Amino acid sequence: MNPYLIPAIVAVTLATLAIGAYGLRLARTTSDFLVASRMVSPTWNAAAIGGEYLSAASFLGVAGLILKHGVDVLWYPVGFAAGYLALLLFVAAPLRRSGAFTLPDFCEVRLRSRKLRRLSTAFVVFIGWLYLVPQMQGAGLTLHTVAGAPYYLGALLVGVVVTANVALGGMRSVTFVQAFQYWLKLTALAVPAIFLVLQWQAAQRPAVTPAVFHSDTAVVVEQRATLSLADGSTMVVRPGERLEFPAGTPVPRVSTVEYEDGLEWLLPGDSSGDRGLFAAYSLILATFLGTMGLPHVLVRFYTNPDGAAARRTTLVVLGLVGTFYLLPTMYGVLGRIYTPQLLMTGDTDAVVLLLPSAALGEGTLGQLLGALVAAGAFAAFLSSSSGLLTSVAGVLSTDVLGRGSVRDFRVSALLGGAVPIVLALNVSGLDVSHVVGLAFAVAASSFCPLLVLGIWWRGLTDIGAAAGILVGGGAAVGAVLVTVLGPALTGWTGTLVQQPAAWTVPLAFAVMVTVSLATRNRVPVTVGRTMLRLHAPDALRL
Amino acid sequence: MVTRPDARVRIVLAEVARQRAGRGRTSADLAEQTGIGDALLRGLVRAQLALAVRLALVVAIGLGGLPLLFAVAPAVAEVKIQGVALPWLLLGVAAYPFLVAVGWAYVHLAERNEQDFTAVVQRPER
Repeated sequence: MNPYLIPAIVAVTLATLAIGAYGLRLARTTSDFLVASRMVSPTWNAAAIGGEYLSAASFLGVAGLILKHGVDVLWYPVGFAAGYLALLLFVAAPLRRSGAFTLPDFCEVRLRSRKLRRLSTAFVVFIGWLYLVPQMQGAGLTLHTVAGAPYYLGALLVGVVVTANVALGGMRSVTFVQAFQYWLKLTALAVPAIFLVLQWQAAQRPAVTPAVFHSDTAVVVEQRATLSLADGSTMVVRPGERLEFPAGTPVPRVSTVEYEDGLEWLLPGDSSGDRGLFAAYSLILATFLGTMGLPHVLVRFYTNPDGAAARRTTLVVLGLVGTFYLLPTMYGVLGRIYTPQLLMTGDTDAVVLLLPSAALGEGTLGQLLGALVAAGAFAAFLSSSSGLLTSVAGVLSTDVLGRGSVRDFRVSALLGGAVPIVLALNVSGLDVSHVVGLAFAVAASSFCPLLVLGIWWRGLTDIGAAAGILVGGGAAVGAVLVTVLGPALTGWTGTLVQQPAAWTVPLAFAVMVTVSLATRNRVPVTVGRTMLRLHAPDALRL
Repeated sequence: MVTRPDARVRIVLAEVARQRAGRGRTSADLAEQTGIGDALLRGLVRAQLALAVRLALVVAIGLGGLPLLFAVAPAVAEVKIQGVALPWLLLGVAAYPFLVAVGWAYVHLAERNEQDFTAVVQRPER
């Protein structure tokens, strides 16, 4: 086993905890957060937002999906980045000027309704949990891949570390930890990527598709499956069996793993025709409109001094996140050459972790780079889950359990952390990126219409907003629950349920507008003053 | 500040006069939600929304049109530049600078809208 690995992971975890503990002494109350905000420049703030945003799905999941499905899933990273453009265009500056700290706060500022506040709290908690699960899944997968530890150990480790850290007060307001995590993640992918590309060049640029073993490879079977070999024959394999493939053999197809190969992998569109196109658009819509509704993204905007700074920060975030997403694509593509066995085992989310040692050999260089990538992955789990759990615990403590005292916050953090840990231990079979995509779909069908209509349309009422969130968001939640817990669906029903955004987002907007028009007499009397506050330039200070 | 509509409010002429002098007529219109102030604000909101929607459309057509283009004209997807298929270059690389460019244009134009608004509000009285 790689000797640098455990020290690297331990170092990242300890660094996070240590800076978190240091921050505990610096920042005790919300007002410290506000004071700190005046000292944070847009660049630091943007790096912090990027650090919190780039999660397991970005660091591991995107490359894994590209390895399996090719060009069609490039929409995931493009959408994750484009989400910040939507945030910039429709939400950033007015939201900052509103002074709302969380989404429930925004409901109260704009629509003056306690009931709506409680409803949106429920959605913040659901989205937060849904997004926390894949982080812990990713941690379990990472420890399993690089150190052979059982899956539950990694999930439990990150879950417990993050919960304890947030409950003890670390990570709150610690902008510099998150900013550090962004640069660590970028370095952890960028440095190995340079060596990988050089290696690929030196090997005369072997073709990436069709999938062929480029060196002698042994695969140990983990579950019963049917292999379809290149010559057309099939064989049934049992757990524990060891299969040897000499260099040059095409990768056989395994009945339990779905992936694309050849031109299907290389070119857009797939065999499912219209359904594939629908799924692509649904995914684009979910990621484009979902980012603005993620609870941990919104909180960070409060650290900008004013609306104009919020805009500039978002623009820098867009640049930072875009730069990062150039890298996972490279890992996914090169994985076809150096780790084709993942197409048989189905553990494609592990490609980023395995690639350095697979391509560069088990020498010191390969091991060091492998440890760097694993450290970056842990930075991704720790920073995203800390941000998410802080947001979830924040709304739980102020709106559900108590009145927001420090003790309430700690109890909420324990509760908020326990639920996703239990879920993560039970859903190991799903793709990390797919679960994250579902969280985006729920956010896009509940909070996106609330924010966009709340900011730009005077006619929105509390009942209209509640109806839209319940119908659109509720439909998306139902689709998520069926996908995660229910039976496997195929055909159009399957596509509509697995990629729900294309119908739930328009539904939410339509219901919100229609019901608001029907309850026109409930438009808050203060709407004019609120609009002035949201849109008047900062320089006027009205 | 929140006051009940029936609450008694003390008004001192000197204070009102001082406020007016410092902020100008239009600014007071805005703060007091008079017809003029309201119309000004609606104009600003409309301008900002139109800008955002226009740039969102640029992205919707520029990026969102790609799946449709590839579906309708598969030959476009097979073009290769330096040995790399066009869809990979467009989605894997070019999409990000494009998004940043649109974002930059938005920040620039939105700030100009706000400067125009501020100029109208703070125009010296004649």
